[in-house]
Amino acid sequence: MSTPTSKTEKTSRQPMPEQEPHIRAKNFDEVPLGLTPEMAMIEASRCIQCKKPACVEGCPVNVDIPGFINHIKEGNFTAAITKIWEKNSLPAVCGRVCPQELQCEGNCVLGKKDAPVAIGNLERFVADYERKNKKASLPPKAAPTGKKVAVVGSGPSGLTVASDLVLKGHDVTVFEAFHKPGGVLVYGIPEFRLPKEIVFSEVAGLESLGAKVIVNAVIGRTISLDELFEEGYEAIYLGVGAGLPTFLNIPGENLIGVFSANEYLTRSNLMKAYRFPEYDTPVIKGKNVITLGAGNVAMDAARTALRLGAQSSKIVYRRSRDEVPARGAEVHHAEQEGVEFYFLTSPVKFSGDKNGRLTGMTGLKMELGEPDQSGRRRPVAVTGSEFDLDCDLAIIAVGAGANPLLTRSTKGLALNKWGYIVTDEKTGKTSKKGVWAGGDIVTGSATVILAMGAGRQAADSINNYLAVGW
Amino acid sequence: MFKIVHREEMAGGTVILNEIDAPLIAKKAQPGQFVILKATETGERIPLTMADTNPDKGTITIIYMVVGKSTALFRDLKTGDSFMDIIGPLGAPTHLEKMGKVVCVGGGTGVAVLHPITRALKQIGNDVTCIIGARTKDLLILETQMKAASNHFHVCTDDGSYGHHGFVTQVLENILKEQDIKLAVGIGPVPMMKAVCNITKKYNVKTLVSLNPIMIDGTGMCGGCRVSVGGKTKFACVDGPEFDGHDVDFDELMMRLRAYTEEEKMSNTTYCQATKA
Ligand SMILES: Cc1cc2nc3c(=O)[nH]c(=O)nc-3n(C[C@H](O)[C@H](O)[C@H](O)COP(=O)(O)OP(=O)(O)OC[C@H]3O[C@@H](n4cnc5c(N)ncnc54)[C@H](O)[C@@H]3O)c2cc1C
Ligand code: SF4
Ligand code: FES
Repeated sequence: MSTPTSKTEKTSRQPMPEQEPHIRAKNFDEVPLGLTPEMAMIEASRCIQCKKPACVEGCPVNVDIPGFINHIKEGNFTAAITKIWEKNSLPAVCGRVCPQELQCEGNCVLGKKDAPVAIGNLERFVADYERKNKKASLPPKAAPTGKKVAVVGSGPSGLTVASDLVLKGHDVTVFEAFHKPGGVLVYGIPEFRLPKEIVFSEVAGLESLGAKVIVNAVIGRTISLDELFEEGYEAIYLGVGAGLPTFLNIPGENLIGVFSANEYLTRSNLMKAYRFPEYDTPVIKGKNVITLGAGNVAMDAARTALRLGAQSSKIVYRRSRDEVPARGAEVHHAEQEGVEFYFLTSPVKFSGDKNGRLTGMTGLKMELGEPDQSGRRRPVAVTGSEFDLDCDLAIIAVGAGANPLLTRSTKGLALNKWGYIVTDEKTGKTSKKGVWAGGDIVTGSATVILAMGAGRQAADSINNYLAVGW
Repeated sequence: MFKIVHREEMAGGTVILNEIDAPLIAKKAQPGQFVILKATETGERIPLTMADTNPDKGTITIIYMVVGKSTALFRDLKTGDSFMDIIGPLGAPTHLEKMGKVVCVGGGTGVAVLHPITRALKQIGNDVTCIIGARTKDLLILETQMKAASNHFHVCTDDGSYGHHGFVTQVLENILKEQDIKLAVGIGPVPMMKAVCNITKKYNVKTLVSLNPIMIDGTGMCGGCRVSVGGKTKFACVDGPEFDGHDVDFDELMMRLRAYTEEEKMSNTTYCQATKA
């Protein structure tokens, strides 16, 4: 390993310029404003170009991180994006939503003594630079093979498979159930964290490469998998996500004002309820909002509520701060914007008025007990510690399950006991011939980059299958 | 884009029929299933149960009452105009079985939903009695079609302007008293379905109802359409829209349907002002 020179070590991590918390908590514009080219080059100069880069090991798709950072340092942003594209086709998205502190940045050697290189911010910078300037040449496309491939679901996983296979010369069609492509990137993650224009420009890029995207196509209803085979598709990839909301099964859950995070975020993001009445879909705008859960989904919901005018927005989580699964940046941003955290608190029931509208939630205090199998100390209820919180909007963000719509209507697809599709780990092959799967419908709710990684693996396997067979 | 190939106004222009070009959906759809429609880029996703399908022509037919801004937007589409998005067929099809004597009760635009079910029940050999009703004669829809789809036919109006003077439930009760009915199907406004179920419960006749909660995706992904059936939470878009009416919590359904009353009023007023201007 190379030794850092004292000079480079002194340049400190370039902070990301952001909208002021009190201003941004009232608008849906993106929170971070992006690095300037000068800042990006300074930040890139902090990287010591490790011979055995730990950051790359931490990256689920093994982007050549020191490679692209070196190009930035030299001011060659086009070479930098081309380098990233070798492994990651959605850097503008990943730069914004990957849990870098657990992956590349968490592994960066500088992090031992100082702040790690801002790899995510740099990735985002070059992707945004390229989107604005369009200087890089598109990756080369192989001659048409005449083989038809169907991709079901247009989330990050499906989009990755589609772009990989279209470049290999296959005739790719993406089928999406919603009226807009993008999956969670469009219906789940809010505008202030991931502008939709970025996702749509990625999809437009895919279409310009020759892939077809058909929206309003619910596979399993509008067309079945077997019908796709009959229509001449030789391989099918299932990237349908984990689209089943989890409820708490506590009293009062069907009161008006209690939402699943899926519904709340879909109304606000996909249907643009935050621009009601310009857009026709409404959403309940709570004054006092409680969000149950503490993952990325919960942070997105709690922060959306503030932007829709909430006076108070609380996160209620049954474990402690140490177990919070959301990205560090999201928790930090939420706290800055005024989201209050109630740790070690479990919901007991919701109450409402005579019109069936939510008026409050009863919570129960928890304390950390003995460690469970995973080694985490299990929260246990403190008897008699019930207390009431006023709320007129409650959003349940305690996880998602496998949506059975497609899997149950398809014969020959092996599922595990939770309903997720069973696949071969290396290839993404399912138990049904000619069918692959990956992303959240295989792993359960995970991350954008893991869904993309699974897509790339499956694309390689599909390409191989189309040449030599199952 | 989904083009309207035929359009009719019914019940004095308050109810609209659209026959729409949607070949994939038309090929697949079965009685009891619904579609979700969105008229424009900024529009809402509105679920409507199909009143008819024509797989050869590749069309589906919807019949709806104009009640708010979204349906007003639909109404303003002329023949040749298009819906931006239509998704379907969604929901579980009606379970059709030869049972013997069956009675189908429809109110308001629920008659449109009931029509394909009635026709199918008769086709497979049931003896079908059909009762349809409306507030007044001018609001009745599909009378000739329903007559043709059933073996025995009754019409009621609340104000006595046509047919039996009174509610469908009164005619229903008389039939249940006199005949050995194996199955009832009740589709219409929620209070009507609730009333139908209260009577069929007395006579212990199994009753199917088709529910219309607020929906977003229609694929089981948001839970917005949840209804309580037999004390359990069900998603109407995938577990339904048809349920055993004796188990449905109609009061909760009515309550949840009022979630956006204020917002709907606001939308509607803005739209009316805008279209007048
Ligand atoms: C609110 C929210 C915030 C998140 N934040 C982050 C984050 O910050 N960082 C991160 O890494 N991850 C985050 N995640 C998780 C991440 O978004 C998912 O892990 C990832 O999107 C999974 O990708 P996918 O392609 O498997 O599925 P999805 O993105 O879920 O896409 C699946 C698509 O398939 C479609 N579909 C489903 N069924 C059918 C069918 N039968 N026919 C046709 N189409 C169908 C769906 O409509 C959807 O568009 C977040 C998730 C949510 C909900
Ligand atoms: S980003 Fe960090 S770990 Fe990766 S090469 Fe640079 S200094 Fe080394
Ligand atoms: S409409 Fe979303 S789950 Fe039924």
